[in-house]
Amino acid sequence: MNSTSTTKRLWDAFWQLANPKVFMGWSGRWLPWLVGLTVLFLASGLIWGFFFTPDDMRQGSTVKIIYLHVPAALIAINGYLLMFVGSLVWLIRRQHVSVLAAKAAAPVGMTMTLIALGTGAIWGQPMWGTYWVWDPRLTSFLILFLFYAGYIALWAAIDDDDTAADLTSILALVGLVFALLSRYAVLFWNQGLHQGTTVTFVDGAKQENISNVFFKPLLLSMVGFGLLFLTLLLIGTRSELRARRLKVLEARERMQ
Amino acid sequence: MIPDLGKYAVEVMGAYGMSFLALVLVCFVYIRRSRSVKRALIAAEAGKGA
Repeated sequence: MNSTSTTKRLWDAFWQLANPKVFMGWSGRWLPWLVGLTVLFLASGLIWGFFFTPDDMRQGSTVKIIYLHVPAALIAINGYLLMFVGSLVWLIRRQHVSVLAAKAAAPVGMTMTLIALGTGAIWGQPMWGTYWVWDPRLTSFLILFLFYAGYIALWAAIDDDDTAADLTSILALVGLVFALLSRYAVLFWNQGLHQGTTVTFVDGAKQENISNVFFKPLLLSMVGFGLLFLTLLLIGTRSELRARRLKVLEARERMQ
Repeated sequence: MIPDLGKYAVEVMGAYGMSFLALVLVCFVYIRRSRSVKRALIAAEAGKGA
Protein backbone atom coordinates (compact mmCIF):
# COMPACT_ATOMS: atom_id res chain seq x y z
CA MET A 1 0.00 0.00 0.00
CA ASN A 2 1.50 3.36 -0.95
CA SER A 3 1.70 6.35 1.38
CA THR A 4 -0.84 8.38 -0.61
CA SER A 5 -3.61 5.84 -0.10
CA THR A 6 -2.69 5.49 3.62
CA THR A 7 -2.88 9.27 4.01
CA LYS A 8 -6.21 9.32 2.20
CA ARG A 9 -7.60 6.55 4.44
CA LEU A 10 -6.45 8.39 7.58
CA TRP A 11 -7.93 11.62 6.25
CA ASP A 12 -11.26 9.90 5.53
CA ALA A 13 -11.23 8.26 8.98
CA PHE A 14 -10.59 11.68 10.55
CA TRP A 15 -13.60 13.21 8.80
CA GLN A 16 -15.78 10.31 9.89
CA LEU A 17 -15.28 11.57 13.47
CA ALA A 18 -17.48 14.51 12.49
CA ASN A 19 -20.38 12.04 12.82
CA PRO A 20 -21.40 12.24 16.52
CA LYS A 21 -22.19 8.49 16.68
CA VAL A 22 -18.79 7.55 15.26
CA PHE A 23 -17.08 10.04 17.58
CA MET A 24 -18.86 8.69 20.67
CA GLY A 25 -17.91 5.10 19.80
CA TRP A 26 -14.31 5.96 18.95
CA SER A 27 -13.73 8.20 22.00
CA GLY A 28 -15.42 5.68 24.32
CA ARG A 29 -12.97 3.00 23.21
CA TRP A 30 -9.89 5.24 23.61
CA LEU A 31 -10.73 7.04 26.86
CA PRO A 32 -9.71 4.30 29.35
CA TRP A 33 -6.34 3.93 27.60
CA LEU A 34 -5.84 7.69 27.56
CA VAL A 35 -6.63 7.99 31.27
CA GLY A 36 -4.08 5.25 32.09
CA LEU A 37 -1.37 6.78 29.88
CA THR A 38 -2.03 10.25 31.30
CA VAL A 39 -1.56 9.06 34.89
CA LEU A 40 1.56 7.10 33.89
CA PHE A 41 3.32 9.92 32.02
CA LEU A 42 2.23 12.75 34.31
CA ALA A 43 3.18 10.91 37.50
CA SER A 44 6.53 9.66 36.17
CA GLY A 45 7.51 13.05 34.73
CA LEU A 46 6.58 15.06 37.82
CA ILE A 47 7.92 12.54 40.38
CA TRP A 48 11.21 12.18 38.46
CA GLY A 49 11.49 15.94 38.05
CA PHE A 50 10.60 16.88 41.59
CA PHE A 51 12.36 14.15 43.57
CA PHE A 52 15.23 12.89 41.44
CA THR A 53 16.77 15.83 39.60
CA PRO A 54 19.54 18.05 40.98
CA ASP A 55 19.30 21.78 41.63
CA ASP A 56 20.49 24.10 38.90
CA MET A 57 23.80 25.88 39.45
CA ARG A 58 22.25 29.35 39.09
CA GLN A 59 18.54 28.84 39.71
CA GLY A 60 18.80 26.46 42.66
CA SER A 61 15.71 24.36 43.36
CA THR A 62 13.43 26.75 41.42
CA VAL A 63 14.42 24.81 38.30
CA LYS A 64 11.88 22.17 39.44
CA ILE A 65 9.12 24.60 38.43
CA ILE A 66 10.08 23.91 34.81
CA TYR A 67 8.18 20.56 34.89
CA LEU A 68 4.92 22.48 35.36
CA HIS A 69 5.60 25.79 33.66
CA VAL A 70 6.85 24.63 30.24
CA PRO A 71 4.25 21.83 29.67
CA ALA A 72 1.42 24.11 30.79
CA ALA A 73 2.58 26.87 28.43
CA LEU A 74 2.93 24.35 25.59
CA ILE A 75 -0.63 23.10 26.05
CA ALA A 76 -2.01 26.63 26.53
CA ILE A 77 -0.74 27.58 23.07
CA ASN A 78 -1.50 24.31 21.28
CA GLY A 79 -4.92 24.09 22.94
CA TYR A 80 -5.74 27.42 21.36
CA LEU A 81 -4.50 26.17 17.99
CA LEU A 82 -6.90 23.24 18.32
CA MET A 83 -9.71 25.66 19.17
CA PHE A 84 -8.79 27.62 16.06
CA VAL A 85 -8.93 24.53 13.83
CA GLY A 86 -12.24 23.38 15.37
CA SER A 87 -13.74 26.82 14.86
CA LEU A 88 -12.48 27.07 11.29
CA VAL A 89 -13.95 23.66 10.43
CA TRP A 90 -17.29 24.79 11.91
CA LEU A 91 -17.32 28.01 9.89
CA ILE A 92 -16.47 26.22 6.65
CA ARG A 93 -18.18 22.83 6.95
CA ARG A 94 -20.76 23.40 9.73
CA GLN A 95 -19.79 20.25 11.63
CA HIS A 96 -21.01 20.28 15.21
CA VAL A 97 -18.39 17.93 16.65
CA SER A 98 -15.57 20.29 15.64
CA VAL A 99 -17.03 23.37 17.32
CA LEU A 100 -18.06 21.38 20.41
CA ALA A 101 -14.48 20.08 20.64
CA ALA A 102 -13.30 23.71 20.49
CA LYS A 103 -15.78 24.58 23.26
CA ALA A 104 -14.57 21.64 25.38
CA ALA A 105 -10.92 22.65 24.87
CA ALA A 106 -11.37 26.19 26.20
CA PRO A 107 -11.58 25.59 29.99
CA VAL A 108 -8.57 23.23 29.91
CA GLY A 109 -6.63 25.72 27.80
CA MET A 110 -7.52 28.53 30.17
CA THR A 111 -6.42 26.47 33.18
CA MET A 112 -3.09 25.70 31.48
CA THR A 113 -2.60 29.40 30.69
CA LEU A 114 -3.33 30.22 34.34
CA ILE A 115 -0.80 27.60 35.51
CA ALA A 116 1.82 28.94 33.09
CA LEU A 117 1.23 32.53 34.26
CA GLY A 118 1.09 31.59 37.97
CA THR A 119 4.17 29.36 38.01
CA GLY A 120 5.98 31.90 35.83
CA ALA A 121 5.25 34.67 38.33
CA ILE A 122 6.34 32.51 41.27
CA TRP A 123 9.53 31.56 39.39
CA GLY A 124 10.14 35.12 38.24
CA GLN A 125 10.19 36.64 41.71
CA PRO A 126 13.43 35.01 42.94
CA MET A 127 15.09 35.00 39.49
CA TRP A 128 14.13 38.44 38.10
CA GLY A 129 13.25 40.16 41.37
CA THR A 130 9.63 40.70 40.31
CA TYR A 131 6.45 38.66 39.83
CA TRP A 132 5.48 40.47 36.65
CA VAL A 133 6.96 42.61 33.89
CA TRP A 134 5.26 43.80 30.71
CA ASP A 135 7.55 41.57 28.71
CA PRO A 136 6.27 40.64 25.18
CA ARG A 137 5.85 36.94 25.99
CA LEU A 138 4.20 37.51 29.37
CA THR A 139 1.89 40.16 27.97
CA SER A 140 0.82 38.04 24.99
CA PHE A 141 0.15 35.16 27.40
CA LEU A 142 -2.03 37.38 29.56
CA ILE A 143 -3.98 38.42 26.45
CA LEU A 144 -4.28 34.74 25.49
CA PHE A 145 -5.79 34.07 28.93
CA LEU A 146 -8.30 36.90 28.37
CA PHE A 147 -9.23 35.43 24.97
CA TYR A 148 -9.89 32.06 26.58
CA ALA A 149 -12.02 33.73 29.27
CA GLY A 150 -13.88 35.81 26.66
CA TYR A 151 -14.52 32.72 24.52
CA ILE A 152 -16.03 30.82 27.48
CA ALA A 153 -18.09 33.85 28.54
CA LEU A 154 -19.44 34.31 25.00
CA TRP A 155 -20.61 30.67 24.84
CA ALA A 156 -22.37 31.14 28.18
CA ALA A 157 -23.97 34.44 27.17
CA ILE A 158 -25.78 33.31 24.00
CA ASP A 159 -28.80 30.98 24.17
CA ASP A 160 -28.95 29.89 20.55
CA ASP A 161 -26.24 27.24 20.08
CA ASP A 162 -25.52 27.88 16.40
CA THR A 163 -25.27 31.66 16.88
CA ALA A 164 -22.96 31.08 19.85
CA ALA A 165 -20.86 28.71 17.74
CA ASP A 166 -20.57 31.30 14.94
CA LEU A 167 -19.58 34.20 17.20
CA THR A 168 -17.17 32.23 19.39
CA SER A 169 -15.54 30.80 16.26
CA ILE A 170 -14.87 34.29 14.95
CA LEU A 171 -13.42 35.25 18.34
CA ALA A 172 -11.19 32.16 18.27
CA LEU A 173 -9.88 33.13 14.82
CA VAL A 174 -9.01 36.65 16.00
CA GLY A 175 -7.27 35.34 19.14
CA LEU A 176 -4.94 33.12 17.11
CA VAL A 177 -2.65 36.13 16.66
CA PHE A 178 -1.94 36.13 20.41
CA ALA A 179 -1.47 32.36 20.57
CA LEU A 180 1.18 32.68 17.86
CA LEU A 181 2.70 35.75 19.54
CA SER A 182 2.93 33.80 22.82
CA ARG A 183 4.87 31.11 20.99
CA TYR A 184 7.14 33.22 18.79
CA ALA A 185 7.46 36.57 20.62
CA VAL A 186 10.83 35.58 22.12
CA LEU A 187 12.24 34.91 18.66
CA PHE A 188 11.77 38.38 17.25
CA TRP A 189 11.27 40.57 20.34
CA ASN A 190 14.49 40.49 22.26
CA GLN A 191 13.86 43.28 24.77
CA GLY A 192 12.01 41.08 27.28
CA LEU A 193 13.24 39.37 30.45
CA HIS A 194 11.88 35.97 29.44
CA GLN A 195 14.48 33.50 28.20
CA GLY A 196 14.39 31.92 24.74
CA THR A 197 12.62 28.68 23.88
CA THR A 198 13.48 25.91 26.38
CA VAL A 199 13.21 22.97 24.00
CA THR A 200 14.02 23.30 20.31
CA PHE A 201 14.55 20.65 17.66
CA VAL A 202 16.52 21.15 14.46
CA ASP A 203 16.33 18.32 11.89
CA GLY A 204 14.82 16.08 14.56
CA ALA A 205 17.71 16.63 17.01
CA LYS A 206 17.33 18.41 20.36
CA GLN A 207 19.37 21.60 20.65
CA GLU A 208 21.50 22.10 23.75
CA ASN A 209 19.28 24.71 25.46
CA ILE A 210 18.72 22.38 28.40
CA SER A 211 20.77 19.58 29.99
CA ASN A 212 19.56 15.99 29.56
CA VAL A 213 19.25 15.69 33.37
CA PHE A 214 16.33 18.13 33.20
CA PHE A 215 15.19 17.36 29.65
CA LYS A 216 14.13 13.71 30.07
CA PRO A 217 11.64 14.25 32.95
CA LEU A 218 10.51 17.45 31.22
CA LEU A 219 9.71 15.47 28.08
CA LEU A 220 7.67 12.95 30.12
CA SER A 221 5.82 15.79 31.81
CA MET A 222 5.11 17.47 28.46
CA VAL A 223 3.67 14.23 27.09
CA GLY A 224 1.66 13.81 30.32
CA PHE A 225 0.18 17.31 30.08
CA GLY A 226 -0.63 16.68 26.39
CA LEU A 227 -2.41 13.43 27.24
CA LEU A 228 -4.31 15.12 30.07
CA PHE A 229 -5.48 17.77 27.65
CA LEU A 230 -6.57 15.12 25.15
CA THR A 231 -8.38 13.12 27.85
CA LEU A 232 -10.30 16.15 29.12
CA LEU A 233 -10.99 17.22 25.54
CA LEU A 234 -12.65 13.88 24.79
CA ILE A 235 -14.60 13.87 28.07
CA GLY A 236 -15.71 17.46 27.47
CA THR A 237 -16.70 16.90 23.83
CA ARG A 238 -18.70 13.80 24.78
CA SER A 239 -20.51 15.85 27.45
CA GLU A 240 -21.27 18.62 24.96
CA LEU A 241 -22.66 16.13 22.42
CA ARG A 242 -24.85 14.52 25.09
CA ALA A 243 -26.00 17.94 26.33
CA ARG A 244 -27.01 18.86 22.78
CA ARG A 245 -28.92 15.59 22.35
CA LEU A 246 -30.61 16.25 25.70
CA LYS A 247 -31.68 19.71 24.53
CA VAL A 248 -33.22 18.22 21.39
CA LEU A 249 -35.16 15.62 23.41
CA GLU A 250 -36.41 18.26 25.84
CA ALA A 251 -37.48 20.51 22.96
CA ARG A 252 -39.38 17.61 21.32
CA GLU A 253 -41.08 16.81 24.62
CA ARG A 254 -42.22 20.42 25.02
CA MET A 255 -43.72 20.41 21.51
CA GLN A 256 -45.76 17.26 22.12
CA MET B 1 11.05 12.13 51.53
CA ILE B 2 10.73 15.68 50.19
CA PRO B 3 14.02 16.87 48.70
CA ASP B 4 15.86 19.77 50.31
CA LEU B 5 14.61 22.80 48.38
CA GLY B 6 16.84 25.24 50.26
CA LYS B 7 15.88 28.90 50.36
CA TYR B 8 13.39 28.51 47.49
CA ALA B 9 11.18 25.93 49.24
CA VAL B 10 8.20 28.32 49.50
CA GLU B 11 8.34 29.22 45.80
CA VAL B 12 8.68 25.62 44.57
CA MET B 13 6.01 24.23 46.89
CA GLY B 14 3.75 27.19 46.06
CA ALA B 15 4.10 26.54 42.32
CA TYR B 16 3.35 22.82 42.72
CA GLY B 17 0.47 23.45 45.13
CA MET B 18 -1.17 26.01 42.89
CA SER B 19 -0.78 23.83 39.79
CA PHE B 20 -2.13 20.67 41.43
CA LEU B 21 -5.09 22.58 42.77
CA ALA B 22 -5.89 23.95 39.31
CA LEU B 23 -5.47 20.54 37.63
CA VAL B 24 -7.57 18.69 40.21
CA LEU B 25 -10.28 21.35 39.98
CA VAL B 26 -10.51 21.24 36.16
CA CYS B 27 -10.59 17.40 36.18
CA PHE B 28 -13.32 17.46 38.84
CA VAL B 29 -15.44 19.93 36.87
CA TYR B 30 -15.16 17.89 33.63
CA ILE B 31 -15.93 14.56 35.32
CA ARG B 32 -18.85 15.96 37.31
CA ARG B 33 -20.43 17.54 34.23
CA SER B 34 -19.87 14.36 32.24
CA ARG B 35 -21.68 12.28 34.88
CA SER B 36 -24.57 14.68 35.35
CA VAL B 37 -25.22 15.10 31.60
CA LYS B 38 -24.99 11.34 31.02
CA ARG B 39 -27.44 10.68 33.86
CA ALA B 40 -29.90 13.30 32.59
CA LEU B 41 -29.71 11.95 29.02
CA ILE B 42 -30.33 8.37 30.15
CA ALA B 43 -33.35 9.56 32.15
CA ALA B 44 -34.68 11.58 29.21
CA GLU B 45 -34.27 8.67 26.77
CA ALA B 46 -35.94 6.29 29.22
CA GLY B 47 -38.83 8.75 29.51
CA LYS B 48 -39.11 8.96 25.73
CA GLY B 49 -39.21 5.18 25.41
CA ALA B 50 -41.87 4.79 28.12
